[in-house]
Amino acid sequence: MAIITPGFSGRPRSGAPDLPPGQYLTPDFPVLSAGPTPKVSRDTWEFVITSETGTEYRWSWDEMMGLPQETPTVDIHCVTRWSKLGTNWQGVSLDTLLDGVDTAADYALAHSYGGYTTNLPLDDLRDGQAWLVHTYDGAELPAEHGGPARLLVPHLYFWKSAKWVRGIHLGIEDTPGFWETAGYHDYGDPWREQRYQGD
Amino acid sequence: MTALPYVDGNMLDGPLGEVFAVDLSTAIGRCAHCGTTGPVAGLRVYSHAPGLVARCPTCAEVMLRLVRAPDRAWLDLGGTTYLELPMPPSVGG
Ligand SMILES: [Zn+2]
Repeated sequence: MAIITPGFSGRPRSGAPDLPPGQYLTPDFPVLSAGPTPKVSRDTWEFVITSETGTEYRWSWDEMMGLPQETPTVDIHCVTRWSKLGTNWQGVSLDTLLDGVDTAADYALAHSYGGYTTNLPLDDLRDGQAWLVHTYDGAELPAEHGGPARLLVPHLYFWKSAKWVRGIHLGIEDTPGFWETAGYHDYGDPWREQRYQGD
Repeated sequence: MTALPYVDGNMLDGPLGEVFAVDLSTAIGRCAHCGTTGPVAGLRVYSHAPGLVARCPTCAEVMLRLVRAPDRAWLDLGGTTYLELPMPPSVGG
């Protein structure tokens, strides 16, 4: 009599999710925060891109919601080792926001309500790699996950996807952010396991 | 709206004891931002994060950060003007 074991294929576990090294899969969405959750009203919310010459490009909530919307489905990887696959978001591509911005900068420093900062090369915000998102799984992004709006840069560790993001400073020089000045890697590629400085 | 997940500074005793040889459980710190001076045990520690972030109970600015890698640790006291540490009486003092 043949014994059928569900899921057993007799081959290597090729069906296992392809996770970056050192990561485990979670069905949850853990809440990580380095401080109190800022309360930000959509009425007063604004998003500001500041160029290296000091020119400011500013969007109110309604102006941001009036821009072309995208619905990325992406895998996210937290440096605390959890990964979550196929997360669904809605928001505005950084390509759209950067479209009219006159800049020769190489670096971006995202800053948030509440004081958090994180840095990344400007190129990593372009070419369909990054979004300003306001909706998760079809609902308003909850404050504990970064609402009203957060950055979504899923190809880097999730600390780069700044919660409660308020704006981006563009610069000629790289300026390390909150975790990048406390031992964490400047770039943070999960596939190269760039967790800490020197990795 | 979920409650904010911070705990009191007593939880720093273990992680900081790994870095320092002195007992920090009765240490006193001064906030570099607002000048509040009080026990380290009274700080608000956000531990559901890539590192420990200890904030001033008065102004909520960061006073101390500790990041622990498997083989290294980073301690940032940039938000702390000083730590006052209890010491054994010096001989002849
Ligand atoms: Zn203070």
